[in-house]
Amino acid sequence: MTSSASVHNIRNLGIALILVGLVAPLVVYPVFLMKFLCFALFACAFNLMLGFVGMLSFGHAAFLSTGGYVTGYLMTQVGLSTELGVLAGTIVAGVLGFIFGKLSVKREGIYFAMVTLALAQLVFFFYLQAPFTGGEDGMQPIPRGELFGLIDMKDNFNMYYFVLAVFVIGFSIIYRTIHSPFGQVLKAIRENEPRAVSLGYNVRDYKLMAFVISATLAGMAGATKALVFELESLTDAHWHMSGEVVLMTLLGGMGTIFGPVVGAAIVVAITTIFSGGQMGNYIHIIMGVIFVICVLSFRRGVVGEFNHFMQKNFTASGLGK
Amino acid sequence: MSFLDINIFGLMGQLLVGLINGSFYALLALGLAIIFGLLRIINFAQGALYMLGAFVAWLGLQHLGMNYWVALFVVPVVVGLIGILMERFFIRPIANEDHLYSLLLTFGLALILQGTFTHMFGSSGMSYNIPDALKGGNNLGFMYLPTYRAWIILVSLVVCLGAWWVIEKTSLGSYLRAGTENPALLQAFGVNVPMMITLTFGFGVALAGLAGVLAAPIYSVSPDMGSNILIVVFAIVVIGGMGSIGGAILTGLGMGVVEGLTKYFYPEASTTVIFMVMVLVLLLKPAGLFGKEA
Repeated sequence: MTSSASVHNIRNLGIALILVGLVAPLVVYPVFLMKFLCFALFACAFNLMLGFVGMLSFGHAAFLSTGGYVTGYLMTQVGLSTELGVLAGTIVAGVLGFIFGKLSVKREGIYFAMVTLALAQLVFFFYLQAPFTGGEDGMQPIPRGELFGLIDMKDNFNMYYFVLAVFVIGFSIIYRTIHSPFGQVLKAIRENEPRAVSLGYNVRDYKLMAFVISATLAGMAGATKALVFELESLTDAHWHMSGEVVLMTLLGGMGTIFGPVVGAAIVVAITTIFSGGQMGNYIHIIMGVIFVICVLSFRRGVVGEFNHFMQKNFTASGLGK
Repeated sequence: MSFLDINIFGLMGQLLVGLINGSFYALLALGLAIIFGLLRIINFAQGALYMLGAFVAWLGLQHLGMNYWVALFVVPVVVGLIGILMERFFIRPIANEDHLYSLLLTFGLALILQGTFTHMFGSSGMSYNIPDALKGGNNLGFMYLPTYRAWIILVSLVVCLGAWWVIEKTSLGSYLRAGTENPALLQAFGVNVPMMITLTFGFGVALAGLAGVLAAPIYSVSPDMGSNILIVVFAIVVIGGMGSIGGAILTGLGMGVVEGLTKYFYPEASTTVIFMVMVLVLLLKPAGLFGKEA
C-alpha cells in the first residue's frame, strides 16, 4: 500500500541512506562497500520480478555475467570511458533479458523457474567455451578506464562514488517502476493474474517488460562489479549465483523496497567472512541452512518482519511494500 | 569432417553413450514427474539425492563391505527413507504455501547436502569398481558393447516401464492418478492421502538413489555430480512437459540420444544441445511435447 506517509518515510529514509553512503568510505573499506552496492542493486533488480510480479527467475546470473563480460571486453579491447563501458554491458544484458523473457514468460510458476535456469545454463556453457571470456581463468585485468575520459577510476574513492551513483540510479528506476501505474498492474498480476487478464491487460507483455527492466539493471550491476574487481569470471554465470540472489531477496524480504539491500548486506558479509581457506566449504552449507530457515519460518524476511512488527504495534506504515 | 564419411563404430559408440545418459535422464525425470504429479512441486534436491545414492553405495563398499548387488537394493531404500523424512518434516509444513517456497526449500536442502559432501570428501571424484559379473563386453560386429553399459540401459528400461505400468494400469496407480486430480475427494473415500503423498515422495526420491548406484561405477562419485545433471533434467522436463509419466521417460531417453548424436557430429554443441532443443520447443509448442497445461 502506498499511503503518502509511507512514500514520505521511504523518501526520507532514502535521503538519509544516501548521506550515509557518501561518508561510508571514510569508515569502511571502499572495495567491500562497492561489492555490497553491486550485489544490492543485483538483488533489487531480481526482486522486481520475484517480489512485485511473483515470478521466480532462476537465471539472473546470466545477466550479471553478461554485463560483466561485455563491459570487460569493451574496456579491454576498445578502451571505452568508464560510463560508456558500463552502459554497453547494461544494454546487452537488457537485450539478452528480452530474449529470455520472450521464451520464458509463456510458462508460469515452477516451469518459469526451470526455463530461466536452463537458459542461464546455456549462457554459462557459452561463456565457458567462447574464446574471449578466458574460460575457466576468467577475464582479467579489466581496466577501470576514466569517467567521461577525465577522472581516473583506478583510485578506489573515485570508483566508489561512481558505484554509489550507479546504485542510486538503478534503485531509483526500480522505485519509480514499482510506484508507477505500470507497477500497479504488475502487483495486480501477482495478486490475481486471471483477473488482470479479464480487465484487458496483456499480462505477457507486462511480464516481459518487467523482465527486461530487471535483466537490464542486473546487467548494470554486473558491469559495475566487473570494473570494481577488474575481473570477470564464470562464478558470476554459475547457477550458484542465481541461487545467491534468490537468497538475498528472500532473507531481506521479497516484495519490500529495502529488503534486497538488507539481504545483500548480510549475504555479502557472510561470504566475505567465510571466503578463503578452510571456511570456504561452509558457505554453501550456511546458505542452504538460511534458505531452509527462511522458507520454513521466516518468509517475510528481515524487512518484511520489521514492517509487520511496526504495523502491528504502531499502525505506522513501515518501509513500504 | 565429412558427413558422408560416417565411422560406424564411432557413431554407435556415441549413440550408446547417449542411451546411457538418456537412461539416467529418464530415471531422474520420472522421479520428478511422479513427485510433481501428486505434490505439484519440483524437487530441486533430486540431483543431490542422486549424488547421495552414489556416495552411499561408495561408502557402503568402503566401510561395510556392501557389494554392488546389495547396494542396488539397499541404497534406494536408504535414500527413499531420507526422502520420506524430508517430506514429513520440511515439505509438509509448507504444503499450503505457494509452491515456489517448496522449490526454494528443496534448493536449500540440495545446497546443504552438496556442501556437506564437498566438505567431507573434497570436490575430486571417487572411483567405484564395476562388479565382476558385469565386467567385459561383447563385440556385436558393428560395435563393442560393454556389459555394464548394457546393464544400465536394461535396469533403467525395466524400472521405467514398471513404474509406468504401475501408475497407468493398476489400482494402486489409479489412486495416485485420483490424488493428482482431486486429493480432497479421494480422502473423503477413506484413502489416507497424506501418507500416500509421503510414500510417493519417497518412491520418487528412491529412483534418484537407484540412478546414483547405477552411475557410481561409470561416472566418478563426486559431490557436484548431481547439480550438473539436474539442470539438464529440468530442461528435459520443460521439453516433455509434466503431462504424462510416459512422456518424461521418452523425452529423457530421446534427449540422451540427441546429445550422443551431437557428440558425434558436432562435439562443441554437445553440452548445450538439450537447452537449444528446449528453446525450440518453447518457440513451437510452449506447453511441451507431452504437456497439457499452457
